[in-house]
Amino acid sequence: MKSLGSIRRDFAPWNDPNAKPYIQFDNVTKKFGDFTAVNNLSLTIFEREFFALLGASGCGKSTLLRMLAGFEEPTAGRILLDGQDLRGIPPYRRPVNMMFQSYALFPHMTVENNIAFGLKQDGMPKPEIASRVAEMLKLVKLEQFAKRKPHQLSGGQRQRVALARSVAKRPKVLLLDEPLGALDKKLREETQFELMDLQQNLGLTFVVVTHDQEEAMTMADRIAIIDKGEVMQVATPAEVYEAPTSRFVAHFVGNVNMFEGKVAEQTANTTRIAGSSGAQIVVDNAAKTAAGADIVFAIRPEKIKISSKKPADAVNALEGEVYDIAYLGDMTVFHVRLDDGQMVRASTMNAARITEDPLSWNDRAWVSFRPDAGVVLTR
Amino acid sequence: MNTTWSRFNVTSIVLGFAFLYLPIVLLIVFSFNESKLVTVWGGFSTKWYVSLFHNQGLMDATWVTARVGVISATFATVLGTLAALTLTRYTRFRGRLLFSGMVFAPLVMPEVITGLSLLLLFVAIGLDRGFLTVTLAHITLTMCFVAVVVQSRLVSFDRSLEEAAMDLGATPVKTFFQITLPVIMPAIVSGWMLAFTLSLDDLVIASFTSGPGATTLPMKIYSQVRLGVTPEINAACTILIAVVAVGVIIASVANKRREVQRQLDERAAQRG
Repeated sequence: MKSLGSIRRDFAPWNDPNAKPYIQFDNVTKKFGDFTAVNNLSLTIFEREFFALLGASGCGKSTLLRMLAGFEEPTAGRILLDGQDLRGIPPYRRPVNMMFQSYALFPHMTVENNIAFGLKQDGMPKPEIASRVAEMLKLVKLEQFAKRKPHQLSGGQRQRVALARSVAKRPKVLLLDEPLGALDKKLREETQFELMDLQQNLGLTFVVVTHDQEEAMTMADRIAIIDKGEVMQVATPAEVYEAPTSRFVAHFVGNVNMFEGKVAEQTANTTRIAGSSGAQIVVDNAAKTAAGADIVFAIRPEKIKISSKKPADAVNALEGEVYDIAYLGDMTVFHVRLDDGQMVRASTMNAARITEDPLSWNDRAWVSFRPDAGVVLTR
Repeated sequence: MNTTWSRFNVTSIVLGFAFLYLPIVLLIVFSFNESKLVTVWGGFSTKWYVSLFHNQGLMDATWVTARVGVISATFATVLGTLAALTLTRYTRFRGRLLFSGMVFAPLVMPEVITGLSLLLLFVAIGLDRGFLTVTLAHITLTMCFVAVVVQSRLVSFDRSLEEAAMDLGATPVKTFFQITLPVIMPAIVSGWMLAFTLSLDDLVIASFTSGPGATTLPMKIYSQVRLGVTPEINAACTILIAVVAVGVIIASVANKRREVQRQLDERAAQRG
């Protein structure tokens, strides 16, 4: 079987029909007055999964997290955690902890007391609290900052205190609201890997809300793409990127070229698509579609080859003119205006320092791709 | 910024400060007057301060004022804080506008009216005028000031702090006492100080609502002045000014130092 990208680890309970879901959103709706933040949404998250809720701001992803934490109650539907209905259970009795976007560190307490706060609420004996706090400080490498107050820490240090505080109680589920949003790019990349290690080592279930697709792709086992309070797709990062099921997802994650047209002819596995200007392409598509129906072929820029001469063996080759070139170092992005007016984005890895077939602005160029290099979308 | 001292600037500053402080300076100077005549300088002396402490009437009034101030400021702080919490937290209850209007009305209500209406109330319910009625009246007067001070702090309060506390297992009550209250404590303290100061210098409402045995210091001073100003009164007022000034200076210096320390800490943290 053909595989879609590499799999991070041998962990895929979502493919196992017998696996028991850990967190379940059952037809959950949340309304604020007339505004529907979450619309009849269902979602399943498994134990020890690193799950990302990805969406633009205001799409309802934070509301999902807040309902899980208990700060909001669903208007309709139910949320189950390990088989238990969470309705009516206040935040302070839920076995989940949250790391807030603003970190929400208690300004009048030292780092140590911030981390100990949750443990004290549980009435844990003092020596145990002390050793757990020490363990947490070590985990986030802040041992020498135990006596500082939050305002005496840098942004990255505060983030780690917030993390230590939220995992100190060993919750069943850790909720992270834009955990890396306030950090600068370099720190963010380092912290992504730290979070992944932490999740693996502690064996916790992580649910992270983010608007940064790269962050979600890097960290998560599965990503749910949310738009206007609805789930657009739930899949592994590779599936989301290589096999989006809708135009929205294809556009939202990464760059994409869309070839729109009508079904001209179908064989068992392929479909011939006729563009409005008459150019035709042949793509893999086993789904039965009526002739003449509107159809879209979505293909990523790096799956498109660009050359100065028509490739001899290509099934799909379209001619145009180089409109723009962006040299990014590791790769070069070409914008080609096809003869029917459509712009196509094609990127090439700069694996060699010297190109044999150099293309320049306004050169005639051919773009070509295999029939299985993209996906057919109908919605 | 223009830092040159033009003649115009200097003149306006001198005139402005003279307008504000000349009467007070005169009062302080004459409290150290040897002569019994208030407007004639007879040499330096502290004898009026000594005789002040032997004036039983004034000392009693001071004691009453202090007790009324502490008790009324404390109750006003509790009530004002609760009102502020309600107004900032429950933004959509029925009659909120009416409630907020009614909480803040005493801010602009003429004191004569507040005093008179309270007097009518106390008479109507048959409450004998005295220590209790003055204290109640001062709670009414100062509560809204506390509410304003605390509310302005609560508006900028990060609610996620409370959510974080509850998320970590603290019940709403524990959250309030362990997180909310400590964080807004500076505002509550300044609310209390404001209430205490207002109670300390109130004359009008106290005159309406006080009775025998509960004469406050401003009432005592006022009644003595009507019989003629004595340097003793000047001394009493000077002490009052000193107490208030020291309080204000300590509060603002502490505030300033905390702010500077905070900025230094933050800069140090940014450097790593």
